[in-house]
Amino acid sequence: MSLNGKRILIAKPGLDGHDVGAKIIALALRDAGADVIYTGLRRSPDYIARVAVDEDVDAVGLSILSGSHKELVEETVRCLENLDAGDIHLFVGGTIPGEDHDDLRDAGARGIFTAEMTIDAVVAAIEADLHT
Amino acid sequence: MADSSKQKIDGTLEPRRQPPTKPSTTTPSGIEVPVVVTPDMVSDRTPEMPGEYPFTRGIFPDGFRGRLWTIRQYSGFGTAEESNARYRFLLDQGQTGLSVALDLPTQCGYDPTDPLARTEVGKVGVSLSNLAEAEILFDGIDLGGISTSFTINGTASIIYAMYCAVADKKGVPRQKLTGTIQNDILKEYVARGTWIFPVRPSMRLIADTILFSYDQTPRFNAISIAGAHVRDAGCTAVEEMGYTLANGLAYIDELIRRGGDVEKFARRLSFFFYVHMDFFEEVCKFRAGRRLWAKLLTERYGVKDPKALMFRFGVVCGGSSLVGAQPDNNVVRVGIENMAAVMGGAQSIFTAAFDEAYQIPTEHSAEIAVRTQQIVAHESGIARTVDPLGGSHYVEWLTNQMEDEVMKVIDEIEAYGGVTKAVEDGWLQLKIAQRATERKRKVDSGETVVVGQNYFRREDQKDGVAELFKLDPQASARVIEKFEKVRDNRNDGAVAAALAALESAAAKNGENLMPYLIDCCHAYATVGEMVATLKSQWGEFEEPVRL
Repeated sequence: MSLNGKRILIAKPGLDGHDVGAKIIALALRDAGADVIYTGLRRSPDYIARVAVDEDVDAVGLSILSGSHKELVEETVRCLENLDAGDIHLFVGGTIPGEDHDDLRDAGARGIFTAEMTIDAVVAAIEADLHT
Repeated sequence: MADSSKQKIDGTLEPRRQPPTKPSTTTPSGIEVPVVVTPDMVSDRTPEMPGEYPFTRGIFPDGFRGRLWTIRQYSGFGTAEESNARYRFLLDQGQTGLSVALDLPTQCGYDPTDPLARTEVGKVGVSLSNLAEAEILFDGIDLGGISTSFTINGTASIIYAMYCAVADKKGVPRQKLTGTIQNDILKEYVARGTWIFPVRPSMRLIADTILFSYDQTPRFNAISIAGAHVRDAGCTAVEEMGYTLANGLAYIDELIRRGGDVEKFARRLSFFFYVHMDFFEEVCKFRAGRRLWAKLLTERYGVKDPKALMFRFGVVCGGSSLVGAQPDNNVVRVGIENMAAVMGGAQSIFTAAFDEAYQIPTEHSAEIAVRTQQIVAHESGIARTVDPLGGSHYVEWLTNQMEDEVMKVIDEIEAYGGVTKAVEDGWLQLKIAQRATERKRKVDSGETVVVGQNYFRREDQKDGVAELFKLDPQASARVIEKFEKVRDNRNDGAVAAALAALESAAAKNGENLMPYLIDCCHAYATVGEMVATLKSQWGEFEEPVRL
């Protein structure tokens, strides 16, 4: 199993400028064989969805540390669906309190990653998900 | 180090990992430490007395005996009313200075009604969109008697103007204002990310604030050059100090280009750092940085006034050194970091709350954080004599090592072409991202021990905090309602005139924008309007995205 041939968009929605996690995961996914695109900071869910479609990605990873994860995940899902791209897998990373995880999964996130997890575990989880 | 742990697919760690039985022999910055340091290893640099150039042992001859450090807890959330109540609570608990946390729309220059801002109003700080909100935020607080620090960068000049305006309205002379705006845009491009304008006009705005401050608010620090955020983003203690001093030198060069007198403005420069867990490295980082700054100002710029050579700094204890695994343990971490800050001679200290890795602190966790400082200040006895670790062979040796390593970092940046270039083309950003990966990999592999996270986990461990902080879900709606009311009731002609004057001043190089911004604030122009006006002249920074 590897991420060879998989295309992944790592995105920073909203105004939050904490991009360390996003960059660490982007670099690790690239090392694992994926084609990784990183949006840079301050992108709207609408912009992220459009890039995801234009770049024909298999997955989008949202990095959110501002506490606005519920709104931003829901809006990104909505934007992807509006573009008939609901089949793109969505992951979320950042400061996400445990009690919000179920809500995010219900909203459409297929994996939720926090700082306590190892880089390899995050990559493996994404790999496993994209091969199902 | 053998790693016997296995990962489950959801990323949680198995608890059965063999703990190391010996301490590591290298500091997190990579300095190899001898078993024992002998006097002959430190004989080349004998430290002077405290208060004497180059200030290795501190900037004051009497250390904390003259005055304890300022207890300054970063705080702010939701509406101005809620934050005002939290400030009064903290002051009641014995906090001695204010530190205002602003929400992301305010930091990035958007009004609360902007589509990009909508989900973030009042989340990570208080919304401060116009003068009316500042009047509420500081209601009942004596601005002439307390110092206020604002963690604000992209819109620092505007928030500083608003603080001057609110003082004007309260009848407090500007001369009496004390405090700091962070106002360090260079590090925003590298970490933290609340940049707005391109690098060069941003440097102009910073020069404007500093030049304005030294006759209008002579007790107010118009910049706090911050290494804290690049540190938290991934770099080492040595790099934190190196990048910060390099940024400081870049600001000095800009101010000199604007005709500033370095002897005068150097007194208004202050610094801000993280304190992480490696106790002696943190103490020596401050001793080394203080000495190197004084030497650089003397050798490169010929500064003579001792006050202008003094390296004054605040710190934050916590940040990424705090973990979500067994978060109660963070109280201990912050206590150790607090002691390192005092031993290093900090002028102001913010101790993070133990739940801050997760959320905005509750009143309970915020109180423990303040009490930590009071226990260190009044029970531990470490503030009794100046630089109590001075003269320790190890501390002097490590200080020397750190000084040499920090200088190498500055040399590397200068060899690359300077900070501005390193930031504009993304070189520094990429370097920090790589460092962050290295740091994380060391924790993942077990080379770095994080108690409760990668070692010493209980079989049945459930991470998380007992008490959740819940933001009032109506706060954002109330902010927007108040905002619209202010906008509907102000004198539109006065707003338009003030913004037009700002626009034409921005188009002229060398015109100081501070008086224009203060006029805008008095007219109740909003942060979003002032930023949009400046953007119309200068455009926006284009982030170099490099992987």
